[in-house]
Amino acid sequence: MPEPILSIRDLAVEFSTDDGVVHAVDGITYDVFPGETLGIVGESGSGKSVSTLSILGLIPIPPGRIVSGEAYFKGRDMLKLSKRELRALRGGEVAMVFQDPMTSLNPVLKVGFQLGEAIKTHHPKEKSDAIKKRVIDLLRLVGVPNPETRYSQFPHEFSGGMRQRAMIAMSIANSPSLLIADEPTTALDVTIQAQVLEVMKRVQAETQAATILITHDLGIVAEMCDRVLVMYAGRIVESGDVTTIFHKPRHPYTIGLMDSLPRLTEDEEWLRPIPGQPPSLINRPSGCAFHPRCFISQGRARCREEIPALRPVEGDAHASACHFAEELSEQPTRFAESVGGAA
Amino acid sequence: MSAQPIESVHERAESGEEILRIEGLVKHFPIRAGLLKRTVGQIHAVDGVDLSVRSGETLGLVGESGCGKTTLSRTVIKLTEPTAGKIIFNGRDISGFTRHQMREVRRELQIVFQDPYASLNPRMTVHDIVSEPLRIHKRYRDQHGRERVEELLRTVGLSPEHANRVPHEFSGGQRQRIGVARALALNPQLIILDEPVSALDVSIRAQVVNLLESLQRDFGLTYIFVAHDLSVVRHVSDRVAVMYLGKVVETGTKHDIYERPAHPYTQALLSAVPIEEPGQRGKRDRIVLEGDVPSPANPPSGCRFRTRCWKAQEICAQEEPALIDRGHGHPTACHFAEIVKPLDLVSTTAS
Repeated sequence: MPEPILSIRDLAVEFSTDDGVVHAVDGITYDVFPGETLGIVGESGSGKSVSTLSILGLIPIPPGRIVSGEAYFKGRDMLKLSKRELRALRGGEVAMVFQDPMTSLNPVLKVGFQLGEAIKTHHPKEKSDAIKKRVIDLLRLVGVPNPETRYSQFPHEFSGGMRQRAMIAMSIANSPSLLIADEPTTALDVTIQAQVLEVMKRVQAETQAATILITHDLGIVAEMCDRVLVMYAGRIVESGDVTTIFHKPRHPYTIGLMDSLPRLTEDEEWLRPIPGQPPSLINRPSGCAFHPRCFISQGRARCREEIPALRPVEGDAHASACHFAEELSEQPTRFAESVGGAA
Repeated sequence: MSAQPIESVHERAESGEEILRIEGLVKHFPIRAGLLKRTVGQIHAVDGVDLSVRSGETLGLVGESGCGKTTLSRTVIKLTEPTAGKIIFNGRDISGFTRHQMREVRRELQIVFQDPYASLNPRMTVHDIVSEPLRIHKRYRDQHGRERVEELLRTVGLSPEHANRVPHEFSGGQRQRIGVARALALNPQLIILDEPVSALDVSIRAQVVNLLESLQRDFGLTYIFVAHDLSVVRHVSDRVAVMYLGKVVETGTKHDIYERPAHPYTQALLSAVPIEEPGQRGKRDRIVLEGDVPSPANPPSGCRFRTRCWKAQEICAQEEPALIDRGHGHPTACHFAEIVKPLDLVSTTAS
């Protein structure tokens, strides 16, 4: 196995609020390997964004607080870096793309200038016409038509999809080895989303950057990712390669999530929702946080009392945090039959 | 014609009577500029829409941002005044009705909004929110009214004890249930659901969709379901209308639209939806559209989709295609309409 480019160990992040302490991320451990796309899926409040933004120093402290953990990027613990060192890393070797491209670009500066700044910050000695040429090349790479004209336009002259392309161009300007994309297409319409996902695939093939793709959309995971982490209530509940997660899920939450989706190609009488409400992160259920909504727990005391560890199931690459994961191998799951067990 | 798919209960509405007919509905918003705020142009949000809704059915309205689906639904219930056109509800044209006249109509015609965080007054208790329509229509009489509210809360899967709480004590899914209870209070015939589940998490979305469907069944409700999520629309709808830049470009049963789409925009829209599982990678013929939706302030001549359409010819710029049946069993507004099945998986051995 190759060396991971990013290793997160036992990371815990809290937020103090008026109502109490929110345990946003509660002891998660994961690796990202060079060149791969790792999907982090979960619903609002699952901790999927905080799990990566916190290591880049991108959560407000206070009210946020990193309680424990290590985050090794190429051997250095990012949680021990000074603000200055982190800033040098961000936008350089580690780049980000966020959900809302309107708020990520400065509205009063020309797009070309902002992209140029991103390069200049990390390469102060670069000549300005070389920078301009590189910016135009980047805009062309992400499929912005007429990049020479677009270079001197303002963000408001760009549509949502074009702005997100510009943000992707900016993120790869300094050839990062790790790209973190937090819901990069959530604000976009479906036809524009398809365009941007194509761009991301192309950029990835070009740069070979490892990518963390944070999303709530299982379709995007199916389309883009090599491996997947499923998060629930601040913990990783299942991890594995994308085919395994879709075809042989071994956590009741993952199974429930996939079952609850309506299908584009089939008629169904009723949807199959996960019962109950999302957990409160201030007053999390005891033991396994999913137990009040779980179909397999069936009131067993162990689910209420003992926090299940993320442990290997059926091979080292697949892990589930369910005490009764083995019982789920008999469970018919959504996508298992669609491939005839080919996975 | 290919064999008809299995009849689902959704198709029971086939025989229902027409409850709402929209004819040539237009809604333009003025663009004002300058010191005197003179009108310098018009946003063509809805630009000549004809639709018909039958009693007991769900009409899905899909399209991307700016296509006019939300404006259309708000104009139908007259939250904004139509610029032109007719809205015939239960046989009466309500397009010219005054606010006062609308009050009576609104008993039958309700709306549920997208954002359960913004559409409920944070200072009102659930009881006050749900009973407000009853009080406005003078149907709330103390003890009886309280019982009605409790009944409504139970109907939407909340408990009567929730009546004294305020919206922030509820999760998104529960708030949307409160909005639905309020819409049901006056026993309406038709409810417009404007992106009712878009703001909800995936696992909660399915709960609310099921609730809406069982309410429809129990009370014989008619829905106009406005959404951009194509999978949800397929699930809930009997018939679907696809909108692009203020116009309906294609309409038909859900099977017409999802399995036999003939308009290039519908085909592109469906093909852009992400695959369902990784085994489908590369097995879907994806139509990636060029460019963006043009501005509704200055829509293209002729067919509005022609600037992004791979089939566009000269005639598309000159002549606006009418929404008529072009031999595909359902109406399409395209000069070159042709059935394509974008959701069918193609064999990878070919590529």
